[in-house]
Amino acid sequence: MVRVGLAIVLVTLLAAAAGPALSPFDPADQDLARRLEGPSLSHPLGLDELGRDILARLLVGARISLMVGIAVVGVSSTVGMLFGSIAGYFGGRVDDVISRVIDVLMAFPGILLAIALVAVLGPSLTNVVLALSVIGWVGYARLVRGQALRARELEFVQAARALGAGSRRIVFRHVLPTAFPAVMVQATLGMAGAIIAEASLSFLGLGVQPPTPSWGTMLDAGRSHLFDAPHLTIFPGLAIATLVLGFNFLGDGLRDRVDPKMAR
Amino acid sequence: MTPLLEVSRLTKEFTRKRGLFGEASTIRAVDEVSFAIVEGETFGLVGESGSGKTTTGRCILRLIEPTSGEVRFKGDNVLAFSRARLRQARREMQIVFQDPYSSLNPRMRVRAIVEEPLVIHKIGTRVERRARVAELFELVGLDPSHLSRYPHQFSGGQRQRIGLARALALNPSLVIADEPVSALDVSVQAQVINLLMDLQERLKLTYLFIAHDLRLVRHICSRVAVMYLGRIVETGPTEAIFAAPAHPYTRALLSAIPVPDPSVPRQRIVLDPDSFDRRAPLKELKAGHFAAV
Repeated sequence: MVRVGLAIVLVTLLAAAAGPALSPFDPADQDLARRLEGPSLSHPLGLDELGRDILARLLVGARISLMVGIAVVGVSSTVGMLFGSIAGYFGGRVDDVISRVIDVLMAFPGILLAIALVAVLGPSLTNVVLALSVIGWVGYARLVRGQALRARELEFVQAARALGAGSRRIVFRHVLPTAFPAVMVQATLGMAGAIIAEASLSFLGLGVQPPTPSWGTMLDAGRSHLFDAPHLTIFPGLAIATLVLGFNFLGDGLRDRVDPKMAR
Repeated sequence: MTPLLEVSRLTKEFTRKRGLFGEASTIRAVDEVSFAIVEGETFGLVGESGSGKTTTGRCILRLIEPTSGEVRFKGDNVLAFSRARLRQARREMQIVFQDPYSSLNPRMRVRAIVEEPLVIHKIGTRVERRARVAELFELVGLDPSHLSRYPHQFSGGQRQRIGLARALALNPSLVIADEPVSALDVSVQAQVINLLMDLQERLKLTYLFIAHDLRLVRHICSRVAVMYLGRIVETGPTEAIFAAPAHPYTRALLSAIPVPDPSVPRQRIVLDPDSFDRRAPLKELKAGHFAAV
């Protein structure tokens, strides 16, 4: 499973990196005479409602999906690790405050909060990343807090204290590295979540703005042609599903390696 | 002569709250413990698991903040130290842990582990620190060519030596050895104990030796204190206590020592907790030998 996941993710990464080189068409070139045309030899995935090549648009869209995923995971895991380790290592009142904030954010339906945030901030790629990170960091924080609570009692952490190490050194050198494998797993699974969330927001018109192609906006555009030209929605839908599945396989596989007790 | 370490009426209470509205219950893990250690000696702290000996050791280093009492190191009250002063004091008081597996960070190379105290206290240049690490490695009987290995590549006894090298990096005068060999095989125990004694002589170390293995304590400690349920019930010169244990708990503990000759008649004394007064104060029986009877 890890290999299948890794293969899907790697192929997507390569395709996104190579991008337009893989398709002779420009994703913005319109051929209105051939709009909604189905897959053919020259256009393997067909043309969309403005006669643009769907394959070329999917390739550019992959960049958006991966970029958003990486940015959201990067921001939320960094913030989450910071607050989680502070809460777990120091405990007491600091922990109470951070934990209550986490509880409050966890009580919100995540995607609704993201929609509200983007609606207030205005639709753009940066704001999508921001909104998804605002709700995303709590998962990492909770995870790392638990790990830090456990690490605090470990003898090598006690040893560092006995040597006179300051809190910053202990947290960064001894506590956080202990939590890192678990964070890696969470981050991989978090990529899948972020990709779906970006697609959802774009589908609702709150994410990437046209004409920039994103898998979510492509789904949205295809919605009105669901019956006369289903290929408009099928291919972006498949792309999202496959990439998310790939990250999920990878994440589950990594978890089994990191925590052998979870493996069947 | 002023003792190197003087602990008086040290108390640590742990409070635990049961449930949301439950009443808080307090456990006295360490109950008015007092003892003094003079420079160069090995003082043993013995007792069963849960008797509070490890907590006592950690309170002295303020790895756990004691509830009350006094800890004087070279005459200064450690419990009144500011954070900065405590950092300085920690150069002189070090600890060796029981578990050689969990006491070394598995993600750091042993060079970095032994070097860490020098980095924390900003001692020497990078080159000087490296040289010092190699020297420490040799001091504890390890091969400096193994410095770029990770802890899991060493055996339990070797790891305990690495922990010792780390503790000695700052030239401490007091080392708290918290059951340093109880996790090791018997043959390896002897090697590590011999190393500890050898280092004591060479580096003029003072040990607070926490243990439950009485044979070991008899072998290396000049004086011992026996702890039971957070209190010291008997203390004095090792030989005096082994020759004439006065407290019922000490007697029960000593009777549990295995005897190598199976033909020797032995009687295992079972402790009757109601046979003595738990609140009895320590009384001097003979010179330096106190018991709570």
